[in-house]
Amino acid sequence: MSALKIKKGSSRKSAYDLRDPNGEVIENHTLAILVDNEAGVLARVIGLFSGRGYNIESLTVAEVDHEGHLSRITIVTRGTPAVIEQIKAQLGRIVPVHEVHDLTVEGPSVERELALFKVTGQGDKRIEALRLAEIFRANVVDSTLESFVFEMTGTSEKIDAFADLMRPLGLIEMARTGIAALSRGA
Amino acid sequence: MSKTMTGAKMVVQALKDQGVEVIFGYPGGAVLPIYDEIFQQNEIRHILVRHEQAAVHAAEGYARSTGKPGVVLVTSGPGATNAVTGLTDALLDSIPLVVLSGQVPTFMIGNDAFQEADTVGITRPCTKHNWLVKETDRLASTIHQGFHVATSGRPGPVLIDIPKDVQFANGHYTAPPQADTKMYQPRVKGDIEMITRLVEAMELAERPVFYTGGGVINSGPAATQLLRELVEATGFPITSTLMGLGAYPASGDKWLGMLGMHGLYEANLAMHGCDLMINVGARFDDRITGRVADFSPKSAKAHIDIDPSSINKTIQVEMPIIGDVAHVLEDMLRVWKSRGRKVNKEGLTKWWKQINEWRTVDCLSFKPSEKTIKPQHALARLEELTKGHDRYITTEVGQHQMWAAQYLGFEDPNRWMTSGGLGTMGYGFPASIGVQLAHPESLVINVAGEASWLMNMQEMGTAIQYRLPVKQFILNNERLGMVRQWQELLHGERYSHSWSEALPDFVKLAEAFGAKGIQCSDPADLDDAIMEMINYDGPVIFDCLVEKHENCFPMIPSGEPHNKMLLGEASTKDAIGNSGAVLV
Repeated sequence: MSALKIKKGSSRKSAYDLRDPNGEVIENHTLAILVDNEAGVLARVIGLFSGRGYNIESLTVAEVDHEGHLSRITIVTRGTPAVIEQIKAQLGRIVPVHEVHDLTVEGPSVERELALFKVTGQGDKRIEALRLAEIFRANVVDSTLESFVFEMTGTSEKIDAFADLMRPLGLIEMARTGIAALSRGA
Repeated sequence: MSKTMTGAKMVVQALKDQGVEVIFGYPGGAVLPIYDEIFQQNEIRHILVRHEQAAVHAAEGYARSTGKPGVVLVTSGPGATNAVTGLTDALLDSIPLVVLSGQVPTFMIGNDAFQEADTVGITRPCTKHNWLVKETDRLASTIHQGFHVATSGRPGPVLIDIPKDVQFANGHYTAPPQADTKMYQPRVKGDIEMITRLVEAMELAERPVFYTGGGVINSGPAATQLLRELVEATGFPITSTLMGLGAYPASGDKWLGMLGMHGLYEANLAMHGCDLMINVGARFDDRITGRVADFSPKSAKAHIDIDPSSINKTIQVEMPIIGDVAHVLEDMLRVWKSRGRKVNKEGLTKWWKQINEWRTVDCLSFKPSEKTIKPQHALARLEELTKGHDRYITTEVGQHQMWAAQYLGFEDPNRWMTSGGLGTMGYGFPASIGVQLAHPESLVINVAGEASWLMNMQEMGTAIQYRLPVKQFILNNERLGMVRQWQELLHGERYSHSWSEALPDFVKLAEAFGAKGIQCSDPADLDDAIMEMINYDGPVIFDCLVEKHENCFPMIPSGEPHNKMLLGEASTKDAIGNSGAVLV
């Protein structure tokens, strides 16, 4: 870049990863944010996203450490590498935020989502819905003579695929939790 | 040690334990218990402002001129909402403030009670952090945490919202050492590997420049001292943002002047042409960079900042160094000295030759007039007549602010208080009040425009009540000068609502409040009038009638890079393209 032939990027110990900061490719990143479970903390996090014009594709939050009053917020966001780095830095500066992990770049991770589907129908459609639910390992958690409620856990893609199949078979309502994610290994 | 007391008493005790001497405030229903406690003590001085926005700006002036946090006390609802502009201003300029607001009692929150507002909700995006305290037992520790957060890392404003029943109730007082501050501990030491890489670059650089900002001043006196030592030892040129003026003395021979949109020609060209840019506590603001794609295209850049989110936000840098300026500069100096104090002498000589050529352009020259006072002339004379004084300058926002930055010289940090990031008209007068309270014997001047000044003119009452001899130096062009300038350059000279109709007689206005008023319109009388202002023992409104259509130059038109500066009237035609016109 310059006449001084300075290596671009970061030193061994700095927090900056070495992906091309000028890349224009929009990427999905899953961030795990550990926060104090106190009033307003979620508002701080989502206010940051809306105030600075970042995207939220999915958001999940719940207390994970009752003793330590810690909650875990999992956010899936989209942006260029520079925007993702900026989001992480901005999150890090919120006072009750303890840790920000980018699960997408920090090694392999698992992501799961839980969804509930209400499917109404009779006759062949009803039987077909039940058959497909078995293939997808969805559980029936409620049933009437005209309807089922299926429960399914899986990746977002699997849930999308199941929803697509259920739509012509009488899917009338659906609820999803958003993504929860953990890094693999110890 | 744990003592039981009411929440209101706790507030006052916590402020005393934090070493607070002055608070700026305005009473109201939801803070009456705290005001009752203030009444019954003499250690903390309360300054009654005339509007809560002014309380916050006064606290900013106090903080900026002392390095200590400013403290504000306002009531619920309108008291808190009036403080929002000041909070945002302090957030953008990284000024440490602790704002205490009253709130309706906890059992009425959410009921649309009288003077209820969702204060923590409203102020969440304009504070560094805020708290709603619902238990008296947690009140004292929260206040101590507030001071810790406001002053640690990148400083900023915090707000603590205190419901009235929490003020009345009894609870256990927590002394400062017992308060938990571990929850917020920003990193202050820079990565030594990256610092070494920067030092290597400094040894080789042919055209280096220091680009410094408000972070140097926020870091404290040690940072200023280290910066001066480093500049003198290396012989590198140095420029600064609006917020950083005074960190390096204006009389120093390495000083290029301020950079940016209305910065000096030599400073901006040095930024554009350098091969090594060392950003010390500045943030590549859009007033500095101009068009980002063409910003200093040939340089390697280092960025020293305590806030990781400032790094690579707008400008990608090769050498990011996260840490406190003083700590990082100390390590830089140590490493540079231990490696033999090397610089590229040959390169530097050529670089200074080039810079001195740029200096001959004399970009701040203006056509003097014998008939009307040119605003630049007024400031040049103010500088000449006050520079020997123990002087503090505040400003409002607009042309006069830029001229003040260009024509006044600052030898020391904390002497220059201005609204940089937010650009808040109405900042300067209350800020001058805060500065004067902190420095009762000093000469405090607010360089103002008449339009900005009117935005917080009610503070004349405060200045009179507390006998604060603040000097209001108003460059009166009967225009919103900077708006007018942009309308001339961008909007076909259609001056939509940019003049000041129905102005008061400022001399009579001063007299109505019990202050002194001076009007001056003749360049021949200017020096005497300024001396009269300086020598008067009390607040003065100086109505300086200046040339009405003067434009502020140099100017980088919006959307243009540093090397496309406008130097004077001749160069302005069609200077701003359509893409630049959408920028502010």
